[in-house]
Amino acid sequence: MKFSVIVFPGSNCDHDAHHAAQDVLGQQAECIWHKDTDLKGADVVILPGGFAHGDYLRTGAMARFSPIMGAVRAFAERGGPVIGICNGFQVLLEAGLLPGAMLRNRSLKYQCEYVHVRVEQVDTPFTCAATPGQVLRIPIGHGEGNYFAPLDVLHTLEANRQVVLRYTSATGDAGDQWNPNGSANGIAGLCNESRNVVGMMPHPERACESILRGGTDGLVILESVVKWVTESRQPERLALHTS
Amino acid sequence: MIDPQVLERHGLKPDEYERIVAFMGREPNLTELGIFSVMWSEHCSYKSSRVHLRTLPTEGPQVLQGPGENAGAIDIGDGLAAVFKIESHNHPSFIEPYQGAATGVGGIIRDIFTMGARPIALMNSLRFGELDTPATARLLEGVVAGIAGYGNSIGIPTLGGEIGFEPLYAGNPLVNVFCLGLAKQSDIVKGVASGVGNAVYYVGAKTGRDGIHGATMASAEFDESSADKRPAVQVGDPFMEKLLLEACLEVMQTDALIGIQDMGAAGLTCSTTEMGSRGGAGVEIDVSLVPQRESGMTPYEIMLSESQERMLLVAKRGREAEVERVFEKWDLHAVHIGHVTADGLLRVKDHGAVVAEIPNRALTDEAPVYHRAMSPPDYLAEAQKLDLDALARSANAFALQPSAEPSDVARRLQPSDVLLALLGSPTIGSKRWVYQQYDHMVQTNTVNIPGLGAGVVRIKGTDRALAMSVDGNGRYCYLDPHRGAMLAVAEAARNVACAGARPLAATNCLNFGNPERPAIMWQFAQAVEGIGAACRALDVPITGGNVSLYNETDGRAIYPTPVIGVVGLLEHADRAMTRRFQDAGDVIVLLGEGRGELGGSEYLKIVHRIVRGMPPSLDLTAERALQALVVALADARLIRSAHDCSDGGLAVALAECCFDTNGIGADVSIPAVNVARDPQIDIAAALFGESASRVIVSLATDALAGVLERSAAAQVPALVIGQTGGNRLHIAVGGATAVDLSVDAAERTWASAVSRYFKKHAA
Repeated sequence: MKFSVIVFPGSNCDHDAHHAAQDVLGQQAECIWHKDTDLKGADVVILPGGFAHGDYLRTGAMARFSPIMGAVRAFAERGGPVIGICNGFQVLLEAGLLPGAMLRNRSLKYQCEYVHVRVEQVDTPFTCAATPGQVLRIPIGHGEGNYFAPLDVLHTLEANRQVVLRYTSATGDAGDQWNPNGSANGIAGLCNESRNVVGMMPHPERACESILRGGTDGLVILESVVKWVTESRQPERLALHTS
Repeated sequence: MIDPQVLERHGLKPDEYERIVAFMGREPNLTELGIFSVMWSEHCSYKSSRVHLRTLPTEGPQVLQGPGENAGAIDIGDGLAAVFKIESHNHPSFIEPYQGAATGVGGIIRDIFTMGARPIALMNSLRFGELDTPATARLLEGVVAGIAGYGNSIGIPTLGGEIGFEPLYAGNPLVNVFCLGLAKQSDIVKGVASGVGNAVYYVGAKTGRDGIHGATMASAEFDESSADKRPAVQVGDPFMEKLLLEACLEVMQTDALIGIQDMGAAGLTCSTTEMGSRGGAGVEIDVSLVPQRESGMTPYEIMLSESQERMLLVAKRGREAEVERVFEKWDLHAVHIGHVTADGLLRVKDHGAVVAEIPNRALTDEAPVYHRAMSPPDYLAEAQKLDLDALARSANAFALQPSAEPSDVARRLQPSDVLLALLGSPTIGSKRWVYQQYDHMVQTNTVNIPGLGAGVVRIKGTDRALAMSVDGNGRYCYLDPHRGAMLAVAEAARNVACAGARPLAATNCLNFGNPERPAIMWQFAQAVEGIGAACRALDVPITGGNVSLYNETDGRAIYPTPVIGVVGLLEHADRAMTRRFQDAGDVIVLLGEGRGELGGSEYLKIVHRIVRGMPPSLDLTAERALQALVVALADARLIRSAHDCSDGGLAVALAECCFDTNGIGADVSIPAVNVARDPQIDIAAALFGESASRVIVSLATDALAGVLERSAAAQVPALVIGQTGGNRLHIAVGGATAVDLSVDAAERTWASAVSRYFKKHAA
């Protein structure tokens, strides 16, 4: 199967996502320049971390106008699995593919550290290989990961089970002291109503290899989508390519 | 009209001006004078330092590129090269901390990718005044935010470094930034202009009026008016630099490039001159073609601007379209502003009319070289005297409890309290508050994150890893610049060895005061000699670096502060070590010997509030044997952790081995030393003395025989000093308990040493 990694000017985790997909998971991966309009046979689309278009104006605000985003939107609408990691999550929010917005971390500083997140939902393409309630240790690296949405939207997200990952303790307890950035409801990752588009602030691609000594908990995110594409959604996948 | 005032504003001395006139055979015009002023500034010409720098060892089989290019390069096997350099941005960072630090990072990154290398790691060495003043806290916050803002955006991990706090840096902080890149050896590109008729291109950000005379600013002392020099500080745009980085690396793959150089200090002037000079050619440009951010800029301003994120490159004739196409992809404009000539001149035109014409040689080779007067500073003889027996009696001793009578305090101040005081001091305490603001994981190569010793990054596609460390100790150099500089080299290399890597080469950043003062020049010369001696003995040649002089405010110089960056290679990335104890029940062995040396120590500074004595002695042969041993032990998987003893001595190093381990303690017994009549001072000397060439290693019990055997064979003293385990740090000196602390409590003190000066959350 094939991962397409979108490269915006200013993306800086594009190589990392490509490396994780190709060299760690052994899948096909290709970087797609944002001025392209074709996802080149993608089974999965990754919007990587970084500072797309310098994050000028607002994080992710310019990237939604990139030519490739039309194809990403169409792919998502057809049910294709799309994940936005960190800046990619911010782009998905700005593009309206996920609800809500990001504020600056409550520390008002960039934070790079390991956090724990609890898998709240396992019926998305990016968590289907995890167990419900599984706690993952994955690093964050962002200055604006303080998720915000109006109360009614938060209520809907919870009611629809769209909160996919939540900041917790190492043992899975939620609480403000485990929330690194002030995110509403401790939200670390979200999905859309159709559940195929996921955004997450932590970087799973940074926690895939034991040589980096932070554990390999991020693998389950990427392995989920491999499982999802290769096993359960074979017919739809063919449909995606022919549509 | 060139009058004395004009000369003074350009930082040129009257005799230097006469030299210009003599060489040109005429009076220069103002544009030409501006060009001379920046090229002959201390910053660009190294006119005071050059005669000394020449003595440094710069060669070895591992060196692919020594000093003289944009950065040095070494062979790391598999046809790969590590390209690295350290550079200062002290003056701009004091004037505008965020932008000063950010553009420092931007500048060193450009030096690396200009060589054809992809930057994969950043480090920094910072000095500030004492953190308990709001001004210093603001400065630290701004500098850290600037480093983070630039490095994080561009996507290069910052692997930490070192930060020290001393009153003398309050008006003159040091911001030294180190960058390392990875290149195929065959892809290394040089900053050279050659081939008559080849096109000269300008790429990147537009030229504005920012930073004009930054190089001359960096070559003058500060005074009260310095805060008004803000327009001379440049503003960084990491997004633009990210585009430039990617585009330049892509264009280098086309083989259509002759040479490339970034426009750093002295901007367009320096890049055109140096590229022409290296290629034995001339460069002619027309400034009216240079993209400009503001209207009405004069040739003088365009030539001297230090606007950031700009590159100059020379393309092969007939291949221009390939070059232009790459930049177009990245939405950058490559503008054809001139061409290479055969006449060896820098010729500047404005709409076709010549406005400056100077032989390259006049700006480079013919720049003044000074053998400045030198003499040891007046303070030195007195400062080197240290009477340990007078310590306990002195009125300002035991400043930790200033309200008590000294005689009472002497009895009550226990070694455990002293250890806590050291661990809680910002220089020794945890810098987590700082490095958490740096993205230290991007590029997914980081094996050792900041705070654990040397930074370590694996090299994808190989088993190998690179380790790097930047170190310096201003107090040591103040007390003995020769020995202090040797100690800096030794410590940086030792830190690399403690990660399990073989030290390969070094880069230096020499931060000193006003070289026109004989005492400062003496310090400089002594330090360079010391660096040379240590680099030769440890086989880590200097591949480049930077000199920052005139670090003075209102006539008061900083401590002489050479900062050394050492790069080393691990054959197996998975054998990289950190300072942390790995498990309870391991044996703790001290490699090397403590001699109770307290001169220049953190202990004297923090407990007795004095900076006196001779810095620790250093036997370079023993140091080299120790480093080789630690690397061999790590490679043989005989040891599980390694930590160098430096600031705060053995006791601090042992405590650090316990931290970030989920509370693994240690029960340790070390030999007594006899350096004073007062037994309390002897205990302090054993615990907090900073004797060099010592490493604490931990190992599984069954590895002990092997470790002792190899140590004996290497003639490195090895002493079993205790065992890991429990949740307390217990240290006996000469058989009697000296320190007994809960690891948890000690770690809390250490962890908040810097962060306690800052609010946790915004209100």
